[in-house]
Amino acid sequence: MFHIYCPYCEEYREEEEFHPRGQAHLQRPADPENCSDEQWGDYLFFRDNPRGIHHELWVHSVGCRKFFNITRHTANYEILETYKMGERPSITAETLAADERQSGVQTASGGWQTVGARPEDEALNTEARA
Amino acid sequence: MSEIREFDCRPNDQTGAESPLAWSLQRGPVPDADTQAGVTLRESAFMGHLILRGGAIVLDEAVREVLGINLPARPNTLTLDSTGERSIQWLSPDEWLIVVPGGEEFALEKALRHALGQAHFSLVNVSGGQTVITLSGPKARETLKKSTPYDVHPSAFPVGKGVTTIFAKTSVTLRQPKADCWELIVRRSFADYLYRWLLDAAAEFGVSVER
Amino acid sequence: MTQIHRSSRGGRIDRSRELSFTFNGKRYTGYAGDTLASALLANGVDIVNRSFKYSRPRGIVAAGPEEPNAVVQLGASEAAQVPNVRATQQALYEGLVARSTNGWPNVQRDMMGMIGKLGGSFMPPGFYYKTFMAPASMWMTYEKYIRKSAGLGRSPLESDPDIYDHLNQHCDVLVIGGGAAGLAAARIAADSGARVMLCDEQEELGGSLLDSREALDGLPAPEWVSQVVTELSARENVELLPRTTANGYHDHNFVTLHERRTEHLWDTAPAVNRRPQARSRLHRVRARHVILATGTHERPLVYGNNDVPGNMVAGAVSTYIRRFGVVPGHKLVLSVSNDYAYRTALDWHESGREVVAIVDARATSRGELAEQARALGIRIINQSAVIEAKGSDRVTAARIARIDLDAFCVLGHEKTLSCDTIASSGGYSPVIHLSSHTGTRPVWRDDVLGFVPGDVKGMTSVGGVHGVFALKAVLEHAAEGARRALDAIGFESDSSAPKLPDVAERREEPACALFQVPHVKSAMRAPKQFVDLQNDVTAAGIELATREGFESIEHVKRYTALGFGTDQGKLGNINGMAVAARCLKRSIPEVGTTVFRPNYTPVTFGAIVGRHCRDLFDPERYTALHAWHVEHGAEFEDVGQWKRPWYFPRTVNGKKETMHEAVSRESLAVREKVGILDASTLGKIDIQGPDAREFLGRVYTNKWAKLAPGRVRYGLMCKDDGMLMDDGTTSCLAENHFLMTTTTGGAAGVMEWLELWHQTEWPELEVYFTSVTDHWATMTVTGPEARKLMSEVTDIDLSPDQFKFMDWREGNVAGIPARVFRISFTGELAYEINVQANYAMPVWKTLFEKGEKYGLTPYGTETMHVLRAEKGLIIAGQDTDGSVTPEDLGMQWAVGYDKPFAWIGKRALTRPDTARTDRKQFVGLKPRDPEVVLEEGAQIVFDPEQSIPMTMVGHVTSSYYSPNLGHGFALAVIKGGRDRLGQTVYLPMKDGVVHEAEIVSPVFIDPKGERQNV
Ligand SMILES: [Zn+2]
Repeated sequence: MFHIYCPYCEEYREEEEFHPRGQAHLQRPADPENCSDEQWGDYLFFRDNPRGIHHELWVHSVGCRKFFNITRHTANYEILETYKMGERPSITAETLAADERQSGVQTASGGWQTVGARPEDEALNTEARA
Repeated sequence: MSEIREFDCRPNDQTGAESPLAWSLQRGPVPDADTQAGVTLRESAFMGHLILRGGAIVLDEAVREVLGINLPARPNTLTLDSTGERSIQWLSPDEWLIVVPGGEEFALEKALRHALGQAHFSLVNVSGGQTVITLSGPKARETLKKSTPYDVHPSAFPVGKGVTTIFAKTSVTLRQPKADCWELIVRRSFADYLYRWLLDAAAEFGVSVER
Repeated sequence: MTQIHRSSRGGRIDRSRELSFTFNGKRYTGYAGDTLASALLANGVDIVNRSFKYSRPRGIVAAGPEEPNAVVQLGASEAAQVPNVRATQQALYEGLVARSTNGWPNVQRDMMGMIGKLGGSFMPPGFYYKTFMAPASMWMTYEKYIRKSAGLGRSPLESDPDIYDHLNQHCDVLVIGGGAAGLAAARIAADSGARVMLCDEQEELGGSLLDSREALDGLPAPEWVSQVVTELSARENVELLPRTTANGYHDHNFVTLHERRTEHLWDTAPAVNRRPQARSRLHRVRARHVILATGTHERPLVYGNNDVPGNMVAGAVSTYIRRFGVVPGHKLVLSVSNDYAYRTALDWHESGREVVAIVDARATSRGELAEQARALGIRIINQSAVIEAKGSDRVTAARIARIDLDAFCVLGHEKTLSCDTIASSGGYSPVIHLSSHTGTRPVWRDDVLGFVPGDVKGMTSVGGVHGVFALKAVLEHAAEGARRALDAIGFESDSSAPKLPDVAERREEPACALFQVPHVKSAMRAPKQFVDLQNDVTAAGIELATREGFESIEHVKRYTALGFGTDQGKLGNINGMAVAARCLKRSIPEVGTTVFRPNYTPVTFGAIVGRHCRDLFDPERYTALHAWHVEHGAEFEDVGQWKRPWYFPRTVNGKKETMHEAVSRESLAVREKVGILDASTLGKIDIQGPDAREFLGRVYTNKWAKLAPGRVRYGLMCKDDGMLMDDGTTSCLAENHFLMTTTTGGAAGVMEWLELWHQTEWPELEVYFTSVTDHWATMTVTGPEARKLMSEVTDIDLSPDQFKFMDWREGNVAGIPARVFRISFTGELAYEINVQANYAMPVWKTLFEKGEKYGLTPYGTETMHVLRAEKGLIIAGQDTDGSVTPEDLGMQWAVGYDKPFAWIGKRALTRPDTARTDRKQFVGLKPRDPEVVLEEGAQIVFDPEQSIPMTMVGHVTSSYYSPNLGHGFALAVIKGGRDRLGQTVYLPMKDGVVHEAEIVSPVFIDPKGERQNV
């Protein structure tokens, strides 16, 4: 069970008080009627599924009822930060990759994030990219 | 002012009114008042409850002017007037709960609307939708520990704190307006479930119900 | 004296309190302070179980949770039965009743033993896969037989008389393990002022110190423990929890502790002051920091027939001698790979019984304990090990031989030593289970010959679990770990805190790596060398698995069942990996370890459930009128958590109406006279703000720009994929003020939906939402006589031209301020009365007083469903399932394609797929047989003669019998249904019957809506 810092309540609360609402920072096309079916389908249905850093939208449903963002590591479930609606994350796969040597972080091309991946998983990631 | 419809839903004649716990207390079981009980439970029925929404900066002055209480700006806090009968609690960065003695709510609503003028805010009477259950006694905190994952240790939950959190399998707004007095603001429809839960959770400590 | 193995003095038992108990129906006695295991050993009970697969006799091996054999069924009465209790963890109490879990018909003379003797050929590893995979249908037959003879314990057949509960806990430091490391760490943490919890699974705190030979501050170890425990229990910031197992370590330092509160007293919880107390309690702990001080489990050596009763783990023998005053035999052979285990020979010798020999796999043994043993004249045989035990129901001798560790072979010089007990020690395995629960990989340490916990954020492991074994070093390591932990969470450790106790340093020699002992025969031919006693996994089995190509330890585990079930590899895991590593010619870290899962030891369902059972299983939500419904005999239906009146059966001439009868009567009353429904459960949301109207236009598919105050409109809400999500009416209370209603089930979801769009997509819109679902009680008065009844109770002008269909008005109803909405979910004239919920009861009662002469009839949800379905009115979530568009429902009239803003769902509705004409469309179905009520969910086909699997073209979404129409009818979605009106479709049922139905309009009554508009 996660222990989540609500940036609005300014304290940690139990996971039971929250609901996950999927990937964060999705952009609804500004002019839906003039976007292609493909663009619209992308917005509606296609989501990232990285092994590593994932920015997620959550809501403090039993609490302040505010939506906010969580940067979470999908492999070890560590929450790296939470931030309010409209804010940008300060920790991303890219910022973590900057001190790669220290933390064993890798970033792959093609949108695949392999942050924190252990060496033995390299093959897995290669395979997934292929 | 016609842009918002004000409506006093409280009749002058209170005959036949039933609080959310009315049926629970009528049906029972209702443990007798017992000075040895570890936990004492009481319903503060028929209070006036208002939900005030808006920006803190917009609301602050009007609230102080009309209610004589500061709008709590810090999350999860609660302010009371000098009598302790009226309170405002932070629920969210743009949402507060005002609880006043029953019958005051409509006048308060009108006064606040007047003071706030054309500002963007919302004020909603929810008096029928919730009630206040108070818990006191030496084992009240222990009973809460059985019920909510929120930390109720004095270091984490001092007097003047209030939170909305999980309670049993539902949610309540839990607050401690003064020492050894816990208030649970519960939704009407869940009141009976929570009443039964509390009797059960406190059974090992001995529980009494004040009416 | 029947306790033949009880020593005359010593042990932490109370010899003045004799307790009697029964095991497998036979009476024995023990003492207060015994565990069931120590009492059984004291009584000379050698066989406590039959093994899982081979049905071999088994005795007690260990003294703690790692015990694989002495797993018993506990409970004197049927209701109190508890399976899978380890006798080593069960305190003895007067009248305890226990039985072996395995063994059919009994443990002494066993039927399966015959099969067991046939040996590995009957049940080799992979047996289940090989035998049962192919004819899957036969599994049912085999399973019954295997389970019965294997026996995994059984659940009680009667309901549990006990109560259980949960306690939510928060602390700065949670210390898991109350041995030397845990106590030392807790003391330092306590001094810092931190909130400290300390739990230990044993009956009393102290861990291995309770049977230690060592002295702390000049005191015998157990006395030092009492001192520290007394000191800690006086601290307000410390909570001590003995008899409490940390059974799961979850994300972000959430740890569940299972506290057995009364299980040492009786098999059900006794009341205290006539108040019930929880038999066991689950503490749900959120700790800022966890100090893992779980210590070690001693590893037995793997040699031939090492499962015959009388083979024990060395440390356990010491525990029984020193803690319980039980010497579990007369003549001991000790086989070791390290210095520590020598203490068992010293303890045995001091009890006045014979130590036949110590067999040490190392070339020399010059450590302090070894020298002590030598000084006592105990024979020490180096570079050797026990290669095989002799005996069947009890050890009779040990075969020992010189061995070559590197070449893994016996060098000859075999000897047979007569004895009744063989104790072995292959070193200590750190108890890393909890750290593994977090997903972290354990790390192999060659110097420890074991895995230690990997890094876990917010956790520090100290003492034995970290591979530190010598007492002085353990205490220092714990102190240092505690200081680091405190530092990490911002507490200062008090430098003036009591010093660590003085402990003499002991000279020790390193251990050697010995796991499986070589035999003169190959592993496949040697007598069975057990690795996992609970799951009957042998070294030969693991070898076979590797030969068959299973190289990953995870596969080996699954193929052989190594470390399965309640055992979780406590004794056998490392030995199993060592065998696999040897066969695969790899090192242990190369083979890797399997991970452990919660729970560390079994937890009863009661503790997991806590108080969330019986009438508190799930919240029941009641409306303000619930008491009236109960009084008037309503049957209730669960709608989400709400209890809604389903129907109100009357008793006529002493006979209670059936649902069908009641619903027919209620439906006719509404169509012909007047009925009343408690509709309070509808979701209600108060919406205020200058942009409220704009917001509604974006979340609803239809138009809201021109809805005037005093008017009501029905609206559809879609998700952005164009599929219907919820529906309801919204009323314009004032220019910037609206009251939205939602379906009962959709209330919370719609509220969150509005907030989602406002907070994330359109924060610039000035609007606020507040739930008023519980604030308003809603009563629907509907039927041709509704106006007459209303006119008797309200001051509102009800004339049809003043208060039209889809208007709302304010006034008093029965003297209570009310808002009344002229909307209809029945197709009849209807008034929905909303009053503040505290005043609902007097209004409801007045309506009945005045309504009697009009035949006012209360109706429930079933009648509501029939009436709305007759009108073809949908229920979102019943007639829709997230794949239905407004057009599919034939509701294009409620879709404002020309609205200026790209409202939610609009874009998706212009996709080619949503415009297809062969989509499933909402229609009515009229069964050919008027008596037939189709099954909801039944699949529809066009051609009943086609071969199976048939092409399904739709399904029934709602179906009822209509007393008004005099026949059954249904609503359904059917491919291209609207163009197929009048056609016949077929509904093949499970029993072979095929129903026929005609596709008709979904509106069965009053298609023009004249009745509601009067
Ligand atoms: Zn919050």
